[in-house]
Amino acid sequence: MMGRTIFIDPGRCIGCQACVSACRECDSHRGKSMIHLDYTDEGQSVASLPTVCMHCEDPVAPCAEVCPADAILVTADGVVQQADTTRCIGCANCVNACPFGVPKIDLQAKLQMKCNLCYDRTAYGLAPMCATVCPTGALFYGTVEELQAERPGVQVADTFVFGESEVRTGVAMVVPADKVQWPVPGGLPVVEINGKDVRR
Amino acid sequence: MTADPRAADPRAADTRAVVPLDPSLAPPGTRAFRDAGGIPADQWHADQNGETLVPTHCCFCGVQCGMYLRVDRGGKVFGVEPRNHDINRMRLCPKGINAYQQVNHPDRLTAPLMRRSRDEDFREVSWDEALDFTVAEIKRIQQTHGNDAFGLLGGASLFSEKTYLVGKFARVALKSRHVDYNGRLCMVSAAGANKLAFGIDRAGNPFSDILLTDCLLIAGSNVGECFPVMTQYVWGARDRGASLIVIDPRETAIARTADIHVALKPGTDSAFFNAVLNVVIEEGLTDETYLAAHATGWAEVKAKAAEYPPSRSAEICGVPAEQIVQVARTFARAPKAMAWHARGIEHHSQGVENCLTVINLCAATGHIGKPGAGYGTITGQGNGQGGREHGQKSDLLPGGRSIVNEEHRRQICEIWGIEESELPPAGTSMMEMVWQMQRREIRGLIGICNNPFVSLPNYKVVKEGYDATEFHAQFDFFLSETAANAHVVFPVTTWAEDEGVMANAEARVVKHNKAQDPPPGVRTDTWVMCELAKRLGAGDKFAFTDSREVFDELRIASAGTVNDYYGITYERLEETGGIAWPCPSTDHPGTPRLFEDGRTYHPDGKIHMQVVEWHPPMDPYDDEHPMSLTTGRTVAHFLSGNQTRRLGALVEQTPRPWAEIHPSHGFRNGEPVRVVTRRGSEVFPALVTEAIRPDTVFIPYHWPVPTSANALTIDALDPRSKIPEYKVCACRIEHAEKIDEVPAPPVAPGHVAYPETQVSRTDPLPPTSPQGRGTSERS
Ligand code: SF4
Ligand code: SF4
Repeated sequence: MMGRTIFIDPGRCIGCQACVSACRECDSHRGKSMIHLDYTDEGQSVASLPTVCMHCEDPVAPCAEVCPADAILVTADGVVQQADTTRCIGCANCVNACPFGVPKIDLQAKLQMKCNLCYDRTAYGLAPMCATVCPTGALFYGTVEELQAERPGVQVADTFVFGESEVRTGVAMVVPADKVQWPVPGGLPVVEINGKDVRR
Repeated sequence: MTADPRAADPRAADTRAVVPLDPSLAPPGTRAFRDAGGIPADQWHADQNGETLVPTHCCFCGVQCGMYLRVDRGGKVFGVEPRNHDINRMRLCPKGINAYQQVNHPDRLTAPLMRRSRDEDFREVSWDEALDFTVAEIKRIQQTHGNDAFGLLGGASLFSEKTYLVGKFARVALKSRHVDYNGRLCMVSAAGANKLAFGIDRAGNPFSDILLTDCLLIAGSNVGECFPVMTQYVWGARDRGASLIVIDPRETAIARTADIHVALKPGTDSAFFNAVLNVVIEEGLTDETYLAAHATGWAEVKAKAAEYPPSRSAEICGVPAEQIVQVARTFARAPKAMAWHARGIEHHSQGVENCLTVINLCAATGHIGKPGAGYGTITGQGNGQGGREHGQKSDLLPGGRSIVNEEHRRQICEIWGIEESELPPAGTSMMEMVWQMQRREIRGLIGICNNPFVSLPNYKVVKEGYDATEFHAQFDFFLSETAANAHVVFPVTTWAEDEGVMANAEARVVKHNKAQDPPPGVRTDTWVMCELAKRLGAGDKFAFTDSREVFDELRIASAGTVNDYYGITYERLEETGGIAWPCPSTDHPGTPRLFEDGRTYHPDGKIHMQVVEWHPPMDPYDDEHPMSLTTGRTVAHFLSGNQTRRLGALVEQTPRPWAEIHPSHGFRNGEPVRVVTRRGSEVFPALVTEAIRPDTVFIPYHWPVPTSANALTIDALDPRSKIPEYKVCACRIEHAEKIDEVPAPPVAPGHVAYPETQVSRTDPLPPTSPQGRGTSERS
């Protein structure tokens, strides 16, 4: 796990979309939001869940791996950058490869865009826009120690399983302390699917 | 002279706290950087591209989050940057993030609009023509029908300086008793209750006390959507192990994670709190030592509570009796407990009494006036607190003085330089003024910063009232639904084009700074009121050139009262993170937490507990109207939506209202549902969710007819606070053919709709989730 990163805590999310609006304000892709918010249990619950780029570490970012134009750069500190505008051909391979459904294609511009962890801010030691404004701390930027100092007993996971494959990410997710800690199936903190224990 | 805030170095200003906060709660991602002596995290933009950051606050809700407006080299506001202010510590909700887009919005009014009758179209006219016409109409109406035939309605989004001017303008320039404001629709019930119980009208504790509590009770407040940035305090308390009790007919985002969520039937709050008190007494959990020393009326309150055993209230409230017991134990046994409430319990025909039952509970358990223990009311409007302190409420003079108190009248007349006989008596409340307009007792009206066509209940009555006026002028920066009914519309400044103070929900006074010059043709509300006063012959009493001069008079006018602002100066506000009143002298630190010495602001220093009997809501249920309609907000929109319904991102987030209903009614999500009350009927897409009581329907109220919640709500008022009963009326639901269109806000002549709006405002798509009301895009 990176030193300073985003921690996602769906239990705190109030679905306000401040993160979505803030992401639009970020200078690196001003006017477009790179975050999406899912409603996990519509009709039953008001629960919501923000998804930002998880900045996959191992195997190295599937989006970057499949990019035929070598347009997606992974920086030395583990940030998976959005596609280089001079290289991207808008083929959408990255969209299909991403297990978390993050990259977006601007079809008109033939350009992929995704969260680059507000590299223009984080490089200066600042938090990304979304985690800065998130009124609840559902998106938290810092080290795991800083997170745990604020939220005693909090447990996080940075490994997710998708069927046979396992992905370790740079961005981590808060999981309930009494539930399995990792790997987390499908990117969601659940322990059972259809009554079957999916822990390994 | 104030230093230009753009030239000042805001780094010094922002981190100083009124109540020091736990440093471990500093915003994530900034600490190490700052500790290492780097540029403060929220300052980085200032050095780029010649842009400047102007420290100010959000213009919307009562949290009053600090923010920087980004100003380009040409002096225009073009963006926002989070600010590490003590209140919000960088955090903002989507309204705050998008607020800056109003400043240079193409819908801005930039010239006065005028027409001689409502049959004509507006034409753009000169300021002189608009002012002269307005004054001629005021004089004509007052000469024929008396001074009180002309009224003034203000707003609680105005800076306090302007609210002070509204009150003074009505009484000194118009010489009319009829002045009131839209804060009447906001927290006046809480204000009334606090005044009765404590002799002071404000929250007892700062937000930061929430972090110290062991039990947080939130009654009638959808904190997550209405005051999103306050959620950080709620979760902070949870992180430290505090229990959370939420009283709300809907399972909101906060209720979802509560230890106890009491989904009570709308309009039954006082029956609930009386029963909680009953259990507290039965189980011996009262703090008798505290009560004996600090309260009056306890014996009577205790006797009344005995009439509300949990079994009885459980039936009235439609909740299990065990929950009532559980709430009582959790709250009373906590070493430190706090109760925060909002419109959910205040918007009732017994709103004041509902708040009093909460105060009774806090007093009986001794949870008052300590760090982490006390009560608070969460203000809806940015200046909902400060907006009524300086005399724009019909019964109040500046400094919260009573207009019927001889001594108070004399003091204010002295400051204003008028004879006591010239000061009009108390007027009526906002809704009552509309009834008077209907009856043609009030024939002319000026509205400043309000939009009653969307925000008042029983739209039909409101429309009739306004249509019956012979002359109506409105101050606004967009052509609101109400302004579209006027004869004259004065284009005035946004919050970013003037300076002034607001008091947030903690009664912390904060200063808003000017970030850009107003567009040509636009004037400040202060300037317009002074010009009108001059033409009405009261120019000498309104010789103000800017907010600072008004503020200095306001400070003097409040000196020595409970609402003492005397020690608060612009300079001090710029140096600190805000100062909570009372603040009687310039070396006084302000009063973030009340009653620390055990004394209230009554002459005897005691809490005056009040007996409350539960009454059913004013609109009775019958076979035709068996369900409760309740209303509220959504996170993307603010009040009447005049501002937020024009901002692309917010429209996209929540394009239209909906009717939230339980699955047991057999509707599918998105299906058209007709909601019928005794005032009318309208069709909305159904949002089918288990997060609401089966006997209750919820509609957010930010839209005008034909999808206006307030076309359906009842104009019944609390007898004391005169707040309308927005939160409960009888209704039924029916299947409907098709969903009514959502009207776009009226657009000013010569202007175009906001170009960045990405979805049409008549988007037929139903909301997809109770919380987000629509999923953000995803490729
Ligand atoms: S800003 Fe935070 S609370 Fe709001 S939707 Fe995004 S993650 Fe959730
Ligand atoms: S609307 Fe309220 S919570 Fe949202 S940014 Fe503005 S002041 Fe803060």
